[in-house]
Amino acid sequence: MQPIAMNGDQAIAYAWKQVNPDVVAAYPITPQTIIVEAFSEYVADGLVDTEFVCAESEHSAMSLCIGAAAGGARTCTATASAGLAFMWEMLYIAASMRLPIIMAVANRALSGPINIHCDHSDTMGARDSGWIQIYGENAQEAYDNSIMAFKIGEHLDLRLPVMTNFDGFITSHSLENLSLLQDDDVKKFVGEFKAIRPLLDYRNPVTYGPFDPPDFYFEHKYQQVEAMSRAMPIIKKVADEYAKLSGRFYDIVEPYRTEDADFVAIAVGSTAGTLRSVVDELRAEGKKVGSLKLRVFRPFPDKEIIEALEGKKAVAVLDRAISFGATGPIFPEVRSALFDASERPKVVNYIYGLGGRDVSIEELKSVYNGLMTGRCDRVNYLGVRI
Amino acid sequence: MASDKPVIVGNATGCLEVSTTVYPYTAWAVPWIHSAFENAAATITGVESAYRALVRKGVIKDEIRFIAFGGDGGTYDIGFQSLSGAIERGHRFVYVCLNNEAYMNTGIQRSGATWKGASTTTCPAGACIPGKKEFPKDLTKIIIAHELPYAAQASPHNWKDMMEKAAKAFEANGPAFINVVAPCPRGWRFDSSQTIQIARLAVETCIWPLYEYENGTWRLTGDSKRIAEGKKEKRPITDWLKSQGRFRHLLTEKWKHVADEIQAEVDRKWEQLKKYCEE
Ligand SMILES: Cc1ncc(C[n+]2csc(CCOP(=O)(O)OP(=O)(O)O)c2C)c(N)n1
Repeated sequence: MQPIAMNGDQAIAYAWKQVNPDVVAAYPITPQTIIVEAFSEYVADGLVDTEFVCAESEHSAMSLCIGAAAGGARTCTATASAGLAFMWEMLYIAASMRLPIIMAVANRALSGPINIHCDHSDTMGARDSGWIQIYGENAQEAYDNSIMAFKIGEHLDLRLPVMTNFDGFITSHSLENLSLLQDDDVKKFVGEFKAIRPLLDYRNPVTYGPFDPPDFYFEHKYQQVEAMSRAMPIIKKVADEYAKLSGRFYDIVEPYRTEDADFVAIAVGSTAGTLRSVVDELRAEGKKVGSLKLRVFRPFPDKEIIEALEGKKAVAVLDRAISFGATGPIFPEVRSALFDASERPKVVNYIYGLGGRDVSIEELKSVYNGLMTGRCDRVNYLGVRI
Repeated sequence: MASDKPVIVGNATGCLEVSTTVYPYTAWAVPWIHSAFENAAATITGVESAYRALVRKGVIKDEIRFIAFGGDGGTYDIGFQSLSGAIERGHRFVYVCLNNEAYMNTGIQRSGATWKGASTTTCPAGACIPGKKEFPKDLTKIIIAHELPYAAQASPHNWKDMMEKAAKAFEANGPAFINVVAPCPRGWRFDSSQTIQIARLAVETCIWPLYEYENGTWRLTGDSKRIAEGKKEKRPITDWLKSQGRFRHLLTEKWKHVADEIQAEVDRKWEQLKKYCEE
């Protein structure tokens, strides 16, 4: 197919159109709204035969998705920021029922003060809810991740909900030339949805969501642990298959010029792309630097991080979110992973870009400078007027 | 009994859910889902949406019915938004509110359905305050204001009336709502052998009139119809107050004015309802 100009939101709606899910629940919130608007046009024009439900809140949208997925339908929804926070209780329930709901999240700051621009405090806040989290760097990845998500979440060894995350406005609203797959190829790739013990199979009645006393709850949580532990190879396998189809391969973590690097910065989302060009500039100056894109955040790729960073001199973790009273949320996880490395690098934290604050090439260069000169704190704040 | 079609049940958190599904057991021989306290309507209409989609795609051919149960807390209060939204969207499902006039599962706290003067653990009757200060909201009327195909109030003492209402609700071509008075021996402080008697008393005192709203028409049913027609006596509210420990303090001289206010409010609403049902 010829490349088509689309923004990240439109790209996701287009991916969903090609998948033609059974149920889509919608509730508007910037910067996600374009997804459900674009999808509603597909519904209005009869290009999909999805049951499209405009819920009266995100909480109900997720509740609807839970009912629909338990009913036996391939189900997806989209949200951001406050919408995701409002779903919080239901996120845990979706995961504990092992429902492969697919949700696009256009990352946006949380109130207050209210702010509609990008940071990752929304999805980082949902990190413990039992959902797989994949971060896309640009509109192309938002599209590709959206298609892969169905195949990952619905894998019979997994059956877990998947969040496909991408940066609000930066990715959701900027136009990009996308290379899209053919409808048939997408349909073949994701395959028919196979419902497991659906409620609608009334001849074989099942009870979803019973009261679980202390003598069973822990085991049920452990089953979620086991499911998550199977996710990584499945995500890799789906990426391999997708690469065969599309020519685009996505790894769990994506190192860039790290092989002989001494200093590495790590980021999720769109900043990972900016980091690579910073690396190129610094490399041209002869600096031994590299970067690492963290694409999959849940499950957390400890092994892959050790492989990529063992023996480096210093590593900076870029967090576009904050855990008040602690550090950025990704920092302690990377540090903890590297604790098991045979040669441990120094690891510092840079908190940046909150509420959509731009991150410049110069600022990212200063991160590497901090690493190279050792003139940085354990936790650093990039671009804030202190 | 009220439907010959297969049913799928949704349930809000509450006494019914907790007492019927203690894992690894279940009392339900039909497909059943509980997801949370405030979203029984959204959850069951999610299942109904899956059904619509799969019927359209030719995967499912059978007719299936959908029903959700919630307590008054899960319906009048925290789940009101999701119920209102689901009705507005026109999903075909029956919502049943089992109205025991308080949060019983968490131990008898006041809800938006608790009657004025009732003593609960969050609005206890004390030396200065005679229990709950406010009248309950009239949820059945609020639901009817959505102009859905079918809504009704029912009572377990009149099972025939309830069954007929349930049958109509299942066959309504859209959302249907049934508000059922559900006397709670523990929370209302009476002997459980009196449960059905007390449900009857709720209707006989007109604190819980039996009526239905069907495609725009209001109709009194059962004892309420007979009371309106003068074929049956309307009992004083003191009979109702006397029957339950939660109102015991209202029988003292000190709080007699509260009992009088309750009687006045019941009378006002009863006259109003009779007018609706005449038109
Ligand atoms: C969001 C949320 N808040 C509070 C609770 C605690 N809770 C569980 S059941 C319940 C009361 C249920 O009362 P009601 O809906 O009247 O049903 P009943 O048990 O009286 O039948 C409450 C407050 C909860 N489960 N979820």
